[in-house]
Amino acid sequence: MTRAEVYERLNGVFRDVFDDETITVCDETTSDDVEGWDSLEHINLVVAVESEFGIRFNMGEVNKLKNVGEMADIILRQLG
Amino acid sequence: MKVKELEYPFDTEAILARKKRLRRELLESGAAFTDKKVAILGGSTTSGIKQVLELFLLNYGIRPSFYESEYDQYYQDAMFPNPSLEAFAPDVIYIHTSNRNVTAWPQVADSAETVDGLIRAETDRFIGMWDRLAAVYHCPIIQNNFEMPLYRLMGNRDAYDIHGAVNFLTRLNMEFYAYAQTHENFYICDINYISADYGLKEWSKPFYWHMYKYALNVSAIPYLSFNVANIIKSLFGKNKKGFVLDLDNTLWGGVIGDDGVDNIALGPEEPEGQAYSAFQRYIKAHKQLGVLLNIDSKNDRDNAIAGIGHRDSAFTEDDFICVKANWDPKDRNFAAIAEELNLLPESLVFIDDNPAERHIVTEQLKGVQAPAIGDVTEYIQTIDRSGFFEVTTLSKDDLKRNEMYRENVQRARLEASFADYSDYLRSLDMSAVIRPFEPAYMARIAQLSNKSNQFNLTTRRYTQAELEQTAADPDYITLYGKLTDRFGDNGVVSVVIGHVAGEACHVDLWIMSCRVLKRDMEYAMMDALAHACQARGVKKIVGHYYPTAKNGMVREFYGAQGFTKVSEDGQGNTDWEYELGGDYENKNKVIRIEE
Repeated sequence: MTRAEVYERLNGVFRDVFDDETITVCDETTSDDVEGWDSLEHINLVVAVESEFGIRFNMGEVNKLKNVGEMADIILRQLG
Repeated sequence: MKVKELEYPFDTEAILARKKRLRRELLESGAAFTDKKVAILGGSTTSGIKQVLELFLLNYGIRPSFYESEYDQYYQDAMFPNPSLEAFAPDVIYIHTSNRNVTAWPQVADSAETVDGLIRAETDRFIGMWDRLAAVYHCPIIQNNFEMPLYRLMGNRDAYDIHGAVNFLTRLNMEFYAYAQTHENFYICDINYISADYGLKEWSKPFYWHMYKYALNVSAIPYLSFNVANIIKSLFGKNKKGFVLDLDNTLWGGVIGDDGVDNIALGPEEPEGQAYSAFQRYIKAHKQLGVLLNIDSKNDRDNAIAGIGHRDSAFTEDDFICVKANWDPKDRNFAAIAEELNLLPESLVFIDDNPAERHIVTEQLKGVQAPAIGDVTEYIQTIDRSGFFEVTTLSKDDLKRNEMYRENVQRARLEASFADYSDYLRSLDMSAVIRPFEPAYMARIAQLSNKSNQFNLTTRRYTQAELEQTAADPDYITLYGKLTDRFGDNGVVSVVIGHVAGEACHVDLWIMSCRVLKRDMEYAMMDALAHACQARGVKKIVGHYYPTAKNGMVREFYGAQGFTKVSEDGQGNTDWEYELGGDYENKNKVIRIEE
C-alpha cells in the first residue's frame, strides 16, 4: 500500500468517526485541527483505524502519536 | 426507524466507527421518541458505553439524556448527597462496575471466616449503595454482576477453593442475585454471561484497561450496551410480544407440499431433524413467557396443519393463536395476524429462513424486525441474542397471555353468531373488579402503563416506584380494572390516575388494553371514577387528550363519555370537562361490578 492509499483510507475513517465529510488529513494534522478530537474520541479513532487496516497499535505507539503522519508511518510499517 | 447495523448480529466496527453519523441519522429520522433520563455510574471509563447505548436506545424509540459520573466515582455519586444527580432525576440508573472494582481479594492463607468477611464487606458496600439509590431516586437500578477474572492463580482449583478469584467472584454474584430476587426495580446486567459469550480472553484484554481505563475491550462495547439497552427498553414496555413463524425450512426441514408430511426433516432420526426439533422446543418454551406464537406460511392449510401435527412435532395447533397458511403475500398475512391480535405489526417478530420473504415483510411493514437467522443450527442463537423478549418483570398475566389471546379468538367467533352486539356483550357474562391500586397488581399496572400506546389518552409513562408513590398520595385517585368473562380472566386491563385539585379531578392517565376493546369496560371505569370523585366532593372531571402517532383511536374518547371539549390547540391537544351533578347514572349496563 502506498502512502497516498493509506491517506485515502485514513480520510474515510476520520470522516466517519467525526461525522464530517470535509475532513482531509495530512502528515501535519494534529488533534487541534479536527473538531471533536479529544482524548475520548481518540480511543474511537484508534480502534477505527485498527479495524480499517487490520493492524494493532501497541501502548507505546498510541501514547506517542503526535500527528497523523506518525500514524501513517506505523500503519505502513505494520503492513510492510 | 430500524437501523440494520443496530440489529443483532450487529456490525460492531460500523457502530464504533460511525456512531456520530448513526446518531444523527436516528435523531433526524422523524421517529416518535420517548424521552428518558439515564444515569450511568461507572467504576471505569464509560464514555464509549454511553455513546453506543444511546444508539441502541434511539433505535428502540427511546431518546436518552445522560448523567455520567466522573471516572470511577460510582460509589461516591451514589452514597453522598449529589445535587446534580438529584436535579437530573434519573428514570433509570445503570451501575457499570467490573471485577476491577473489587476492593479486597482473599489471600491463599486466609481463614474461611476471613473470606466470608470479605464477601460480606464487599456485598454490604454494594447493598448500601443500592438501598440508598432506591430510597433517593425511586427508579429502576441496573447493576452489572462480575465477569470472571483475567487469570486463575490456582488454575482449575480457582473455581472451588474459597481463596480462588473465580470462587470469590462467583460467590459475590450469588449475593447480587439474592438481592435481585428480593428487591423489585433492581436488575442485573449479566456481564458474566455476555463476556463469556464474547470470549473472556478478548473481553478482558488488559490493553484497554491500562491504556484507557476501560474494563472491557472497546470492540466489545456494543455487546454490553446492547444488553443494557435491552433491559431499559423492556422496562419501558418496548419488548416484542410474539412471533410470526414460517413453516417450511423454518420449523421443519423440507417443503411439506412437495415432500409430504412423512418426509420432512423433524425428529430424532437424523441430524437435520434433530436441529429442527431443538428449534421447535426453543420456540415453544417462549409460551411460558407469554410470547404469542403465530404461523404465516405459503402452504395449503391442510399441509400446514399436517406438519404441525407431525409425530415428532413439539406443537399442537392450539399452541398458535393465528395460523395463516395460504398463498397470499406474507406481509398481508402478517398484517392480518397483527390486526386479529389487536397489536401493532412492529410488536411481532418475523421468523423466516427466506431472505426474500423477510425483505417483503420488513419493507411493507415498517418497524417489523425479521432477523437474518442463518442456518438451522444458528436459529436459536441469533434469535436469543436479539433480546426481543428481555424479561424484566414476569407478571401472572404474562404467564397466561397465550390462553387469553386464544379466548379472544373464541370470543370473536361467538360475536359472529350474534346479530345484536349488546346481546353478544351480555352473553359474555362479564364481571369486573375496579379498585384503588393494590400492591399485588403494581407490577402489572406498571407494565400496562408502559406498554399501552393505542388506548392511551396522555401516553404518560410511570415506573413502578412512581405508581407506588402516586397510590400513597392522598391527592390522587387511582383505579385499576380487572375483567373476567365466561372464557376466562383477562387480568388487569385498564388503569386510571387522577389528581384532585380543589373541586376538580384532572385525569393524568387513562389506559386500556386493546384486548378488551368494545367490551364497555371504559364505561365501567368511568362509573368508578365518577363515584370516587363524588365521594371526595369533586364537582368536575377534567380530561386531556395528547395525540401521538399511535393513539388516534381515543381522539374522541372523552366526547363519547359525555365530556365537553373546552379547548384545542394547533397540535391537536384537547381538554375536556365533565360536570358531576348530584346524581350520576351509570353508563355501564353489561358488566357486573364486584364489590
